Amino acid sequence: MQNEVVLSMRGIDKVFPGVKALQNVDFTLRKGEIHALMGENGAGKSTLIKVLTGVYTKDAGTITIEDTEVAIRSPQDAQKAGISTVYQEITLCPNLTVAENMFIGRGNYVTVNWKDMERKATEILDNLGIPARAKQQLGSCSLAVQQMVAIARAVDMECKVLILDEPTSSLDDKEVAMLFGLMRDLKQRGVGIIFVTHFLEQVYEVSDRITVLRNGELVGEYEIENLPQVELVAKMMGKELEELSDLVRDDSEKEDTSEPVYQAQALSSAACTNPFDFAIRKGEVNGFTGLLGSGRSESVRAIFAADRVTGGNVTVDGKNVKIQKPIQAMKQGIGYLPEDRKDDGIIADLSVRDNIILALQVMKGFFRPFSQAEAEAFADEYIKALEIKTASSETPIKSLSGGNQQKVILARWLLTHPKYLILDEPTRGIDVGTKTEIQRLVRKLAEEGMSVTFISSEIEEMLRTCSRLIVMRDRHIVGELRGQELTQSNVMRTIAGGVD
Amino acid sequence: MKNGNQLKRREPLTDTQLLLTITICIFVAMYALAMIFLGGGFLRFQQVFDMLNNNAALIIVACGLTIVMIGGGIDISVGGVTALVVMSCIVHMNNGGSIFTAALMAIGIGLCFGLAHGFLISYLEIQPFIITLAGMFFARGMTTIVSLEPQKIAHEGFKTLMKTKIEIPWLGYIAKKGNLIPARMEIGVVIALVIVAIVFVMLKKTRLGRNFYAIGGNSQSALMLGVNVKRTRFYSYLISGLLSGIAGFVFMMHTGAGNATNAAGAEMNAIASSIIGGTLLTGGVGNVIGTFFGVLTLTTIKAIVPASGLTKPWWQSITTGGMLCFFIVLQSVVLSQRAKKKAKAKEAAKG
Repeated sequence: MQNEVVLSMRGIDKVFPGVKALQNVDFTLRKGEIHALMGENGAGKSTLIKVLTGVYTKDAGTITIEDTEVAIRSPQDAQKAGISTVYQEITLCPNLTVAENMFIGRGNYVTVNWKDMERKATEILDNLGIPARAKQQLGSCSLAVQQMVAIARAVDMECKVLILDEPTSSLDDKEVAMLFGLMRDLKQRGVGIIFVTHFLEQVYEVSDRITVLRNGELVGEYEIENLPQVELVAKMMGKELEELSDLVRDDSEKEDTSEPVYQAQALSSAACTNPFDFAIRKGEVNGFTGLLGSGRSESVRAIFAADRVTGGNVTVDGKNVKIQKPIQAMKQGIGYLPEDRKDDGIIADLSVRDNIILALQVMKGFFRPFSQAEAEAFADEYIKALEIKTASSETPIKSLSGGNQQKVILARWLLTHPKYLILDEPTRGIDVGTKTEIQRLVRKLAEEGMSVTFISSEIEEMLRTCSRLIVMRDRHIVGELRGQELTQSNVMRTIAGGVD
Repeated sequence: MKNGNQLKRREPLTDTQLLLTITICIFVAMYALAMIFLGGGFLRFQQVFDMLNNNAALIIVACGLTIVMIGGGIDISVGGVTALVVMSCIVHMNNGGSIFTAALMAIGIGLCFGLAHGFLISYLEIQPFIITLAGMFFARGMTTIVSLEPQKIAHEGFKTLMKTKIEIPWLGYIAKKGNLIPARMEIGVVIALVIVAIVFVMLKKTRLGRNFYAIGGNSQSALMLGVNVKRTRFYSYLISGLLSGIAGFVFMMHTGAGNATNAAGAEMNAIASSIIGGTLLTGGVGNVIGTFFGVLTLTTIKAIVPASGLTKPWWQSITTGGMLCFFIVLQSVVLSQRAKKKAKAKEAAKG
């Protein structure tokens, strides 16, 4: 059964203004297989899925389903062609019952035959072994069951291709096992499943084949048994293991026994459920690394209490402190530059000056405003120090380039003179020149005695900047590398779980 | 909770059902207390009928508003539209129009407002609060243009219609003189009850009805599930407009007079009734039977307050405000307790 091709995409191109999101990508899905689609951020996974589901229209290429070429222009077209998608965020209505969610928006009925609908729903749920009752309000089911109801809906619509986009990202282990059971069952029934996920171990647990994308191009399609985890990681990151010349670092390891500036034990938050230990010393630059979704951002957010902190002991300068809210972290001298500049960082319509003094103002209290002159002086000092390219300090920050916006936020935190600064993806989406400037700045700050945690998707950048790397996989810390161990191949091996 | 074992095989109530149950229980309890402690009029069935007679129009308006609120929107123009309909129809009939054309006029005005609101809100995606606020001002202004002076109905046929009442002898009471006074119900109440029934069936049994819940619960999801969100939202305002028009006609049948301040605050009373009846302002949860009981609860409060000696007019508003606050707090406490219980059950399942 596994050799019958159900979906074949050939030579898919998709261009966005200025970016080639997909370039001549092929993808083949066979009947009754689970096919993992892998790639790092920006590899083109979600673009490919969106082309397939009709959210985007392709610029070139063909899509064939069971030997007939199909034109997919809208999500409705995709559904008609037998392609169903279950998204990461559950797209069902929590206030309706399970049965209603399975049948709403389908068919041309005017009145609802409740009995009939519930009977049918019960049949399908029993058939697939989903532990939900037809009359139950969907919101009262667990997330995993909600996801399974979404799958049941797709199955009832007689889909040939089922796309699961990050289905496991909000599930716990038991729920994941349940979902995998259902996926294997569907596979037996001949449904082709495209499985998009960041979790490497999950890929190896259920998938038959893997297709890897990188920078909008196809890297290759592999049988799961022919592709060890280490090689998969290398392919996703675009480095062949052999050709990784291990650059020698000259900074020899200093045995530092001083009191950590910040230390956490068994810290956990609402977003980061696996408790972890962490410490950083004065003047140290460390980094959290791992694939996207491995929990690196969640971990640093827990340090800053950007998500609700659920447990753990924190000491700052050897003193026990309670950090439950970002303002408490700030009062302890911790600064956090968030990953998403647009959502979490800048206030687009305020001027550069106001954006710079924001954090300091918050710490000082709103009822003791700065004088105009004071604010002006602060702003000018940092605009000069960080070489922020702006017409004046009055310019609204939204008219600055990405790199300069990032520098403004950096200035905002530097102004509060933190002991410990967390930079989450500070160099994303900015040009190479500014990138190196920011890296140099980080090293300089550390030499002046500040502790810095630096996160980046680019391993080279991390290796250049950090003196210690904490490696995460599937939301657990799986290793710590320092000094001579800091090489690309070591990092990759640790990420892939192949440390020997 | 005590008989949890007994109920084990039954589905837990949905949020809508739970809030409806609370409303009915509170209404029954309140009315029972009024019967015990205040007696008098509360012991007669006519009291309930009077409450219905006086509030038939409010019930109809609240039905429309419930639909809009279930769909996640709001319509505050309903009182204004009702007033405009009353004034227009009276002027029309006093100038020789027939009852039939007046009824058509009422429906027509209502539909026009519904159409305009629905189009602007659904297809041009403008905030419903702003649009219907504009609609309210517009309707009130139009009412004064139609007639600055208060108008009294002079149409003979309509006067007979107003006086026609349905008498139900077995629900009546024996007056002091020994003669039986039957319970009397106005025609408007019949119309209101029929509308409640129709809306109930529509929400429960038709695809359109379920779609209202879907777009109110999560409009993005509803879109992904294949619901035509814009059209569904459009219909909710259209129905609300239509019902405001009918409510205007029923209002006129009760009062027989038109005034620029007719149905003043009706929109707020309708919103309050819907909320007391278990409709959430956030959308997706609600029931028209609850709204019906919401109107009765609101009216009972207004009847109890003067009967228990607080005759000054402001006590009514204060009590109503207090009750509304109480209901909202109760609703959110009950719902958040539910959510907590669910989270706990999940923790337990994990451990």
